[in-house]
Amino acid sequence: MSSLQYATPASVQEAVALLAKAEGKARILAGGTDLLVQMRAGMVDPALIVDIKKIPGLRTVTREGGGYRIGAAVAGAELSDRADISKDWPGVVEAFDLIGSTQIQGRASLGGNLCNASPAADSVPALVAAGAKATVAGPGGTRIVPVEEIPTGPGRTSLKPGEFIVDFVLPAKAAGTGDAYLRLIPRTEMDIAVVGVGVCLTLDAAGVCTAARVALGAVAPTVLLVPDAAKALVGSRLDEAALQKLDAAAQAACRPINDKRGTIAYRTKVAGVLARRAALIAADRARTN
Amino acid sequence: MAEALRKDFKIIGTRPVRPDGIPKVTGTAKFGADFSLPGTLFGKILRSPHAHARIRKIDTSKAAALPGVKAVITGADFPEQKNEFIGPERTAVNFWYMTRNIMAREKALYEGHAVAAVAASSPEIAEKAARLIEIDYEVLPHVIDVDAAMAPDAPLLFEDMTTRGVEPAPTRPTNVSKRLEFKLGDVEKGFADADIVLEKTYKTEAVHQGYIETHACLARYDADGQGELWSSSQGHFVVRNLTAKLLGMRLNDLKVNPAEIGGGFGGKTVVYLEPVAMLLSKKAGHPVRLAMTRAEVFKASGPTSGASITLKIGIKKDGTIIAGDAALRYQAGAVPGSPVMNGCLCIFACYAIPNQRAIGYDVVSNRPKVAAYRAPGSGIAAFAVESTLDILAKQIGMDPIELRLKNATRIGAPMLGGGKMSHEGFVQTLQAIRNHPAYSAPLGPNQGRGVASGYWFNGGGESGASVYVNADGTVVVSTGSPDIGGSRASMAMMAAETLGIPYDQVRAGVSDTTTVAYTHLTAGSRVTFATGLAVVGATNKVIEDLRARAAKIWGVDIEAVDWVDGCAKPSSSNVGKFEALTLKQLAAQASATGGPIGAAHAVNAAKQAPGFSTQLCDIEVDPETGRATVLRFVVAQDAGRAIHRSYVEGQMQGGAVQGIGWALNEEYIYDEKGRLANAGFLDYRMPVASDLPMIETVVVEVPNNDHPFGVKGVGEVNIVPTMAAVANAITAATGKRMSALPMSPPRLLEALGRPGKEV
Ligand SMILES: Cc1cc2nc3c(=O)[nH]c(=O)nc-3n(C[C@H](O)[C@H](O)[C@H](O)COP(=O)(O)OP(=O)(O)OC[C@H]3O[C@@H](n4cnc5c(N)ncnc54)[C@H](O)[C@@H]3O)c2cc1C
Repeated sequence: MSSLQYATPASVQEAVALLAKAEGKARILAGGTDLLVQMRAGMVDPALIVDIKKIPGLRTVTREGGGYRIGAAVAGAELSDRADISKDWPGVVEAFDLIGSTQIQGRASLGGNLCNASPAADSVPALVAAGAKATVAGPGGTRIVPVEEIPTGPGRTSLKPGEFIVDFVLPAKAAGTGDAYLRLIPRTEMDIAVVGVGVCLTLDAAGVCTAARVALGAVAPTVLLVPDAAKALVGSRLDEAALQKLDAAAQAACRPINDKRGTIAYRTKVAGVLARRAALIAADRARTN
Repeated sequence: MAEALRKDFKIIGTRPVRPDGIPKVTGTAKFGADFSLPGTLFGKILRSPHAHARIRKIDTSKAAALPGVKAVITGADFPEQKNEFIGPERTAVNFWYMTRNIMAREKALYEGHAVAAVAASSPEIAEKAARLIEIDYEVLPHVIDVDAAMAPDAPLLFEDMTTRGVEPAPTRPTNVSKRLEFKLGDVEKGFADADIVLEKTYKTEAVHQGYIETHACLARYDADGQGELWSSSQGHFVVRNLTAKLLGMRLNDLKVNPAEIGGGFGGKTVVYLEPVAMLLSKKAGHPVRLAMTRAEVFKASGPTSGASITLKIGIKKDGTIIAGDAALRYQAGAVPGSPVMNGCLCIFACYAIPNQRAIGYDVVSNRPKVAAYRAPGSGIAAFAVESTLDILAKQIGMDPIELRLKNATRIGAPMLGGGKMSHEGFVQTLQAIRNHPAYSAPLGPNQGRGVASGYWFNGGGESGASVYVNADGTVVVSTGSPDIGGSRASMAMMAAETLGIPYDQVRAGVSDTTTVAYTHLTAGSRVTFATGLAVVGATNKVIEDLRARAAKIWGVDIEAVDWVDGCAKPSSSNVGKFEALTLKQLAAQASATGGPIGAAHAVNAAKQAPGFSTQLCDIEVDPETGRATVLRFVVAQDAGRAIHRSYVEGQMQGGAVQGIGWALNEEYIYDEKGRLANAGFLDYRMPVASDLPMIETVVVEVPNNDHPFGVKGVGEVNIVPTMAAVANAITAATGKRMSALPMSPPRLLEALGRPGKEV
């Protein structure tokens, strides 16, 4: 083990400078629930740890233009405590809340869940379905990136050297909109999603779906936004035929692997099942909103 | 012994606080990894990355040259052992194989097989040194599955191994280490007389005991040739004997101190680290600590066998089981020694079947050597027989408990392997489940109910104990049995009940290998029975001494003194008018009446009674995802007599929980190179608390007349029926019969896609 430096920058600029200087040997630390585990397992061996939790705004949730700006290092438990966001984006909050145990919830962040870039990350399909955007800071300034464009493969992101995520913006929720996240794990806790599905949809006064976003987790190298699945719902009242189309579209989008956590056949089939179920929950929430 | 019929106990059957509770919840209890001595070195074991490879050469020179490295050892540093099986067939050991499993010699036989070890002044240096050891491997084809390992063209683990138990002795080498056959009556005739004959093959996967505490020890080898060990195990005397044998030491040159144990379930009945740490210490001249990581525990410590069983049962329309024939093929792991003989002897033991045969095969493959796991071998066999009985009950339209009652074994029923059933208890567990409100409770859609039963021998054997009375009248009980399930409380309770004094006047502890007589493992559900006998025996000697001292004080014969309710009393008014002497009063006068009061006692306990359990499982299966949720689970088990009720119930709940994990999600998953893919608790899916309902218990008490309090042993049989109970519930819920474990969501969903209704 080489010597390890630890820094707590007080501003975004300071963090960017530290990252730039470290030339790829630095790692961001938010909650550390992925990073520390990976360091102990010898999977990563950084020279510098940049703890972003002291940067103003990284751990706060603010209302903005009818939506929310969520600091990248806000912990799961902190988000679940917010009645307003839990009411507006229950799918995002329930997905984030599924991560780990009570102890993990005190540390785990949305930024870490996304940048760890696991295809099975629970909060990511919900964020993608909700249309969340990430604020990325780096040597070249700040850019706004849709969440689905951050991961590029298992453990890989589109962030450039020296870049990190400052916060996420959840848009103002349109009337009649609801979101939901469902995952399948063989156990009830402490497991990794075999399949995860986030659905966000909008119903008009007549109950017809006018907009939808469907995102699948753990069925491809990255979380997938599936436009065909959304198309299956738009224009329908979520009748059986539309749900069957959704099921088929979700299955068609799957490109999973066989591994210790699930088979190709199983993941594909269950992606369709969970898409239907999540759509119905989202619709229920849309109606009561 | 008349006392077994007593019911008027003051302490037996209550729930006092355990003596080890506060240290455990406050973190002061010392487990295997909690010991250190001045100058302790850190050990590290280098393990094979290959499932099967010949070791052409090991070069340790670079590692040995690294500053901070104090010792490097390989298999060649251990004395060679004779290739012979010693001890009774069911538990025979062979030190030639054992030493090769502790550290590879000619070949690495599984991924994770230890090939060398180092001791260094820091964990980092030890780690680095291990990486500097150069091993020239010739990678060989490997075999993982038990049926594949039996195939004629399978890669051979030992090129000269032939099958024992076959006449005439075969010459062709094989992975089948042993064949066993047990018979009663005439199986062929039985099948000819049957109305329905059902033959089916079942498969189970290897599962790990899953104890939370990983293996850990501290070893010190002194310049005078004396060794001392601190380790967490299910029997420090066995650790001593095995370590001494593997290192060529005398038994009195090695002292083993028992640590608290964070779970064992059979997996800590053998040694892995202790001989390695001791040899490193001998070579380095410093104490050495060794501990396994979780991945090492999964890869290199004993799971139980995965198996393949072909079972044929013949039944009459009235429900009489007339014949049973089973072929049991059990994985032994990389060296011989699966629990297949247990499987053979247990498979039909619940039932009085006139014609039965069980053939067992002990099969090596490129997996870690199996170790005992809770009623080793019996649960695998019960999965087969109890599933088949469930099918047959449906085929003849009989209630599954009725079918079992009709065929239940009774006293005098002949058993495979010789001998006759000599205890009751099975019928009572069946009745307990039939009479339980759960048996007739309504079920919802996609829900089903299953029942199953199981048998386990239970163990007796050697135990030592001592009981001392202190000057203030308090009592200390020492035994050689590591306390896993609360046995210190049970020992103190039995001593207190025998002495007629309150529980809180007795303190029970576990003593090292130099201070109490040889005591066999905390395994086989034997401790409360056998070590309990030793404690009661020592206590009775103390009572005899106390009576003698009262007699001396009173100037009467010992026969004239009775021991009643914790006091010496004149046995009749003829003796004279003497005030009763309490234990406290006698203790205070001990110096004047002959010195300290105390006695040791040792037993080789026979006449243990077997355990029976019948269980009920309600389950719901999601028809679209195949995910099963256990809704309700009831365990009825014959305890003989519960000494500490909570710890009996705890055993029953624990066994069922482990069985549910085995049934639903636990399995060793290998990749194409024969490497374990899920060597951690994230992907080796043991149940977590939120996966389970509160397990309901019915403690059945049919006393064992050969124990002063009626104890039978309760630690193991509770896992035996569980896998079948869950499988039977799943069939009831889904109309699909699962004949392979685990019944994980992907497998269940696949089965749900099969056409037609199955029973
Ligand atoms: C016991 C346990 C259970 C778990 N259960 C789940 C579960 O159910 N579902 C699930 O999805 N995950 C689970 N996880 C994984 C983990 O908790 C989550 O991924 C969590 O959200 C990570 O957040 P963190 O703040 O701890 O990330 P960290 O460990 O701090 O960071 C993770 C990675 O992202 C990088 N990073 C962090 N923040 C940023 C940022 N703002 N910008 C750029 N890069 C950044 C880090 O450098 C690191 O590479 C579990 C982990 C454990 C230990």
